[in-house]
Amino acid sequence: MFREEDLTFERVERLNEDGVLLHDKKVVSDEQVLEMYQWMLKARLLDEKLLRMQRQGRIGTYAPYSGQEAAQIGSVFALEKSDWICPSYREHAGNMVHGMPLEQIILYAKGHLHGGRVPEDVNILPVQIIIAAQTLHAVGTAYAQKYRGEKHVSVSYFGDGATSQGDFHEALNFASVYQVPAIFFCQNNQYAISVPVEKQMASKSIAQKAVAYGMPGVQVDGNDVLAVYEVMKEAVERARNGEGPTLIEAVTYRLGPHTTSDDPTKYRSKENVEPWREVKDPLRRVRLYLENSNLWDVEKEKAFVQTFQDELDHMIDEIESKEKEFPKVEEAFEYVYQEKNAQLEEQQAEARRIREEGDWHE
Amino acid sequence: MSEITMIEAIRQAMTQEMERDSRVLILGEDVGRNGGVFRATDGLIDQFGEERVMDTPLAESAIIGTAVGMSLNGLRPIAEIQFLGFIYEAMDQVANQAARVRFRSTGRYHVPMVIRSPYGGGVRTPELHSDSLEALFSHTPGLKVVMPSNPYDAKGLLIAAIRDEDPVLFFEPMKLYRSTKQEVPDQLYEIPIGKAKVVREGNQATIVSWGPCVPMLEKLVDQYKKEGAHLELIDLRTVAPIDAETILESVEKTERLMIVHEAVKTNGIGAEVAALVSEKGVFSLSAPILRITGFDTPYPVGTIEDDWLPNEKRIKDAIQQLLSY
Repeated sequence: MFREEDLTFERVERLNEDGVLLHDKKVVSDEQVLEMYQWMLKARLLDEKLLRMQRQGRIGTYAPYSGQEAAQIGSVFALEKSDWICPSYREHAGNMVHGMPLEQIILYAKGHLHGGRVPEDVNILPVQIIIAAQTLHAVGTAYAQKYRGEKHVSVSYFGDGATSQGDFHEALNFASVYQVPAIFFCQNNQYAISVPVEKQMASKSIAQKAVAYGMPGVQVDGNDVLAVYEVMKEAVERARNGEGPTLIEAVTYRLGPHTTSDDPTKYRSKENVEPWREVKDPLRRVRLYLENSNLWDVEKEKAFVQTFQDELDHMIDEIESKEKEFPKVEEAFEYVYQEKNAQLEEQQAEARRIREEGDWHE
Repeated sequence: MSEITMIEAIRQAMTQEMERDSRVLILGEDVGRNGGVFRATDGLIDQFGEERVMDTPLAESAIIGTAVGMSLNGLRPIAEIQFLGFIYEAMDQVANQAARVRFRSTGRYHVPMVIRSPYGGGVRTPELHSDSLEALFSHTPGLKVVMPSNPYDAKGLLIAAIRDEDPVLFFEPMKLYRSTKQEVPDQLYEIPIGKAKVVREGNQATIVSWGPCVPMLEKLVDQYKKEGAHLELIDLRTVAPIDAETILESVEKTERLMIVHEAVKTNGIGAEVAALVSEKGVFSLSAPILRITGFDTPYPVGTIEDDWLPNEKRIKDAIQQLLSY
């Protein structure tokens, strides 16, 4: 008989909440830690900026990722640029590091027609809204790599809620059956909108689900950027060496609402959130480590924040000054098929005419 | 009577039916502690407990499949799909299971369940939150599809849906959830499924619509009336089955027909209404039948959705065209 009690549970940790390394072996240099921290800080500032813009009516519904920077950035640091990312809608931090331009993230938030377009040399799939659908895309892109004999890997990012979907289980099974170079990176941020993870599943961890599919499963402190990097690095190496897929569960916390449309006070207490906002914050412990190593201080932080905020504000000003020139409805007809059919041609002309003649808005 | 919004009317219908009938229960994502993402089930978990207001794991196919099982064994579930675009995840359970059980078992089993889901545009949602998918289900024998446009109809139709012995999809235009209030009776009442309503009477042209487009059309028809043009507006309320009689009677009088819907044009409900009138009422017509609908692209991003949806300008142009014959 197989029983949950027989499994060994271990959560990988490398940097404690006070910024102290838990053991001597460190797989990244201090320069890399500094670089990771700077990306995390940028990501936090971008998230806060977008949240404010939503409150001011300057972007549409927005799904903030604050609290999950270590999980996303630590894992993406273990990838090569040629590796694929199949993201959900809460992955701007990781995507940025993998090469998604800031402008593109802002255009997506603004509901620009090209908001979902990823630059040609960046291997990131468009934002996925349907929960867990992208886990299968990671299997397929990984299969294509294996088929062509390439050494790239595919990573699917998703949350704890996604592990309830059939697609997730089907993806793990396919990946394992075909031994493709795929990594399933779950950010267990503890809530699927309002439903806490203990009501999402009756198992003790997400990582253990890997056992059922015959692949390694790892649980890691998702707010510990060094631990995340390390477990991801190992999974990537296995995948690149033809040793098949891995499921990683990064235990983290969504500090904000699910999206700007919901009110988390309906389903969780202030006491529940506070520790995550303070001692458990993923940026805090890296900053403490860097400060203790004399690589960072208050002045450097201040200057860095100022520089990035200026850059961001300038970019947003540029975009907003061109809102009148955003693509119009008739351009949408260009992306339905390779070639427009007769009905689409006719409707496109009608859409253009109505817009040009219309005085019903503006 | 009290003045309430559509979301309140929907909540009232569920509350009162659950008080009346212990077989009725609710399941869906975030319907419990959170009270639903639009607050449709707000407070219900406190009144009826977790056993009857189930915060399910995140799995649309499991929600619908479980509800099918519940209804096969004596319960009357109301399943919520958080946004209609997410129902594709549950398509097998809706179209191959819920819809076919009565037929498959030649009446030994049936599935008295309701699937509630918000849909419709104009509210700047992310992708897949605004799609109008009614045609998919009206093309599936065994399903009924109800699409109210106001609080009064929403309450009466939802009660009828809960009491119906067949699976009913109950689609709620999210743009109208809180846009207006209306006098709604406090007690339970049913509005028959499959019955359209003539919401404005006129004799010069018929406009058939449902759901989110209806309030805009009411305003427009009232404007035309002031200018001396008398248009008839029919709110279908149920798109499967379609109330052919009401449409044909109207077209016989007005000789002109236009259908307005948010869903994409090709093979939409508008095509079915037009085909119906072509088969049974073609000799009444003095003008071609017109359809003003969403265009045949996926539902677009927020910056262009207002130009994609049926808007006043498009509808007015079409009315001019109809009246010119």
